[in-house]
Amino acid sequence: MDIGCIPHIDEISAQHGPFCGGAEKRTHSFFERMRYDNKIVHSLREAIEKTGLRDGMAISFHHHFRNGDYIVNMVLEEIARMGIKNLTLAASSLTTIHAPLIGHIQNGVITHIETSGLRGRLAEAVSGGLMDFPVVFRSHGGRAAAIESREFHIDVAFLGAPSCDPYGNANGYNRDEESGSCCGSMGYAKLDALYADKTVIITDHIVRFPNAPFGIPESNVDYVVQVDSIGDPGGIMSGATRFTTNPKELLIAKMAAEVIEQSGYFYDGFSMQMGSGGASLATARFLREKMLQKKLTARFALGGITGQIVEMHEEGLIEKILDVQSFDLTAANSLKNNRFHQQIDASFYASYLNHGAAVNQLDFVVLSALEVDTDFNVNVLTGSDGVIRGAIGGHPDTAAGAALSIIVAPLMRGRIPSIVRHVNTVVTPGDTVDVMVTDQGVAVHPRRAELKARLLSAGLPVYDIEKLRERAERIVGAPEPIRYVDKIVGVVMYRDNTVIDVIRQVQG
Amino acid sequence: MKRLRRSMLFVPGNNPGMLRDAYIYGSDSLMFDLEDSVSIREKDAARFLVYNALTSLNYGQKELVVRINDLESGLGVKDLEAIVRAKPHVIRLPKTETAKDILDCEREIARIEREAGIPVGQTGMMAAIESAKGVLHAYEIATASPRLIGIALGAEDYVTDLKTTRSDGTELFFARNMILNAARAAGIDALDTVFSNVNDEEGFLRECRLIRQLGFDGKSVINPRQIAPLHAVFMPDEAALAKARAVMEAIAEAEERGSGVASLNGRMIDRPVALRAQYLIDLAEAGERTMVEEV
Amino acid sequence: MQIVQPAVAGTMESSDIMIRIEPGGAGVELSLESSVLSQFGKQIESVIRGSLAELGVESARVTAVDKGALDCTVRARVMTAAYRGAGQENHSWEVKV
Repeated sequence: MDIGCIPHIDEISAQHGPFCGGAEKRTHSFFERMRYDNKIVHSLREAIEKTGLRDGMAISFHHHFRNGDYIVNMVLEEIARMGIKNLTLAASSLTTIHAPLIGHIQNGVITHIETSGLRGRLAEAVSGGLMDFPVVFRSHGGRAAAIESREFHIDVAFLGAPSCDPYGNANGYNRDEESGSCCGSMGYAKLDALYADKTVIITDHIVRFPNAPFGIPESNVDYVVQVDSIGDPGGIMSGATRFTTNPKELLIAKMAAEVIEQSGYFYDGFSMQMGSGGASLATARFLREKMLQKKLTARFALGGITGQIVEMHEEGLIEKILDVQSFDLTAANSLKNNRFHQQIDASFYASYLNHGAAVNQLDFVVLSALEVDTDFNVNVLTGSDGVIRGAIGGHPDTAAGAALSIIVAPLMRGRIPSIVRHVNTVVTPGDTVDVMVTDQGVAVHPRRAELKARLLSAGLPVYDIEKLRERAERIVGAPEPIRYVDKIVGVVMYRDNTVIDVIRQVQG
Repeated sequence: MKRLRRSMLFVPGNNPGMLRDAYIYGSDSLMFDLEDSVSIREKDAARFLVYNALTSLNYGQKELVVRINDLESGLGVKDLEAIVRAKPHVIRLPKTETAKDILDCEREIARIEREAGIPVGQTGMMAAIESAKGVLHAYEIATASPRLIGIALGAEDYVTDLKTTRSDGTELFFARNMILNAARAAGIDALDTVFSNVNDEEGFLRECRLIRQLGFDGKSVINPRQIAPLHAVFMPDEAALAKARAVMEAIAEAEERGSGVASLNGRMIDRPVALRAQYLIDLAEAGERTMVEEV
Repeated sequence: MQIVQPAVAGTMESSDIMIRIEPGGAGVELSLESSVLSQFGKQIESVIRGSLAELGVESARVTAVDKGALDCTVRARVMTAAYRGAGQENHSWEVKV
């Protein structure tokens, strides 16, 4: 074909596209360019303006700073000053430090909340009917699935980071310089950065490019803001999760370790997760002794990671660690220093849309509970008075994924029984729970008859769960039923984002 | 089966949470304390609390012991008035120095039993020996009353009385042996003192092995964490257990034959050997049982 | 039993209840705070009133702060407070039937 036949071809210059004309060759050193040509904006306000945030949008946050978090309150304060309203606040979780949100809800800045949990005054206010629209509670895996499937769309993600370079490579620690704060894994923030239309990293520690290794890559980041402080280091992370000395928790942990040992899932190369809470963490300690005794190693440990898991990794008992959230400074330091301690995102951890999700590779998980009912349904969200006081976390995800899910709880806490006829709120369905371990005996889901036989023949004190419930009731008495009003204050989503339960307003 | 008394968990009498939970830790006996763990201003409160706990809560098969204040303090009889009526298995008398201490206490117990319509003699007794004088009178104390199920060493006061302190146990050798021999001569149990440094797990284990080897039936413990290691020390080894089983089998065989005389490997099995074998088997069974109390 | 002086029994520890009793009041005037009020409030109140009635206390001002005490603990603390408040030492013990 004769190229000359194409009309106007001679008018097209040799160079076209974004680099056509004008673009000057930059000759400044990389070091200088880092200063003037980057993603840093001068104030939080400017960043918010640049994202184009307006009424009715959805903003997201992570909870890696736990109760030391300044980000949520800081950003909402600025947004409120700017007069933006009717926002959906989607945080991977919220805690007691977020009580100022009450004011933003009353003023109409926030009209919807999505979270894994609520605690403190905010939780009490929500339970008392603060909001017009119910709070949507999702598990960590459910949230990831909702974001990935675009069922839930994030307009702007505001993600605090203990270190970030001028182009947005952010992490929960950094390898070069000592930073004021440290949160280890950024697992829940990674997915938000990837899927949000706009991502703002808020940091108190800008480091030189490239901030490698990074948790969040610059390709997922639009703006970087430097602030004086992103959080209270003491609240973000304590030195090391202390090993419980509470004899009752130790008793439960010891029993849980025995259940694991006898379950058939304690073999060379097994995989495990220990939830937070004194008894589940202590289970790792007893398991460690059994591993040494039987000369077994674990292929991997998953989850919220604590110093105890790190110790076992460092002494060669656990080959790899998959870390979506670091629970203490020992865990954060290990993520920084240990080659086989890997940071993973929420989808990798627990999304049901992700076939290879790590929870699906678990042999066993040890989880806490506020209440368990005689059908083995678990509540980790509302207290025995019906008031919201917890978080779903990865509870339903790991229970469903693990071959053996073990719930640990004292038979009663003070006068509150842990085993009841019906849990106030179903968070994890009983069909995915295998064993309940208390200080006064073990119950096995009837679906696992072979497991029950195994434990019984090993001499473990296995009872019908109804017997355990009766035992608690004999001691503490029967609680009065909670009085609710009709208004729904919370909707609990299962990990596939179908509604599994609702939370009603408690009568004041 | 003779009641095992490997561990007696000490429970402060004025602590409602511990009174409620004490039975879950798997000790053989529970000792509710009205004496040293209760301040002088709270003696009445602890008495009411232990009384109400004993009469309301279900402690299953546990042996329930209440340590009262000594009679001379003026508190002991008040304690007995309440506690005997709550029907624990055993009253533990502290600071026992003579047979008279036992007899004085027994008289009060019998009176209250009569007043309360409890069969006289139902309430057991246990004496804690905590002074040089008490140690020297160990045998007369141990044989003072048929209610006595055992005598115990209380080492903290005893070492002070001796003008020494506790160390590796050298200072307790005489007292332990006196009490053990007195108990054995009287046919009752010998129980060792507490080990108060909960964090010294090695030291605790050493002491457990020592008193087990001396021949004690068990030991008082102040923290639930001490129960499992203590029971482990009392677990008979395989060889001893095999021998014990052979002895019991030989006895069963002899009974089947209608013979009163059992023998093993050509040697006659006498009563002490039989009792010892049964004890080891009981220990092994208890050691293998999980800790949960059926209530 | 006559309450003649203010008295306190119990502690603010978990699983305990603190009972303060004072002379006066038309009948037994009770103010109850509890960490488990919505689940066990009625039960705790009935145990407090029942124990006072058994002791023959007809009028008193009672303030109770409960931290999840069992009924037997509530009863024990009420008894202790009442005896202290009445300035009596010797309880007439009766066997429970």
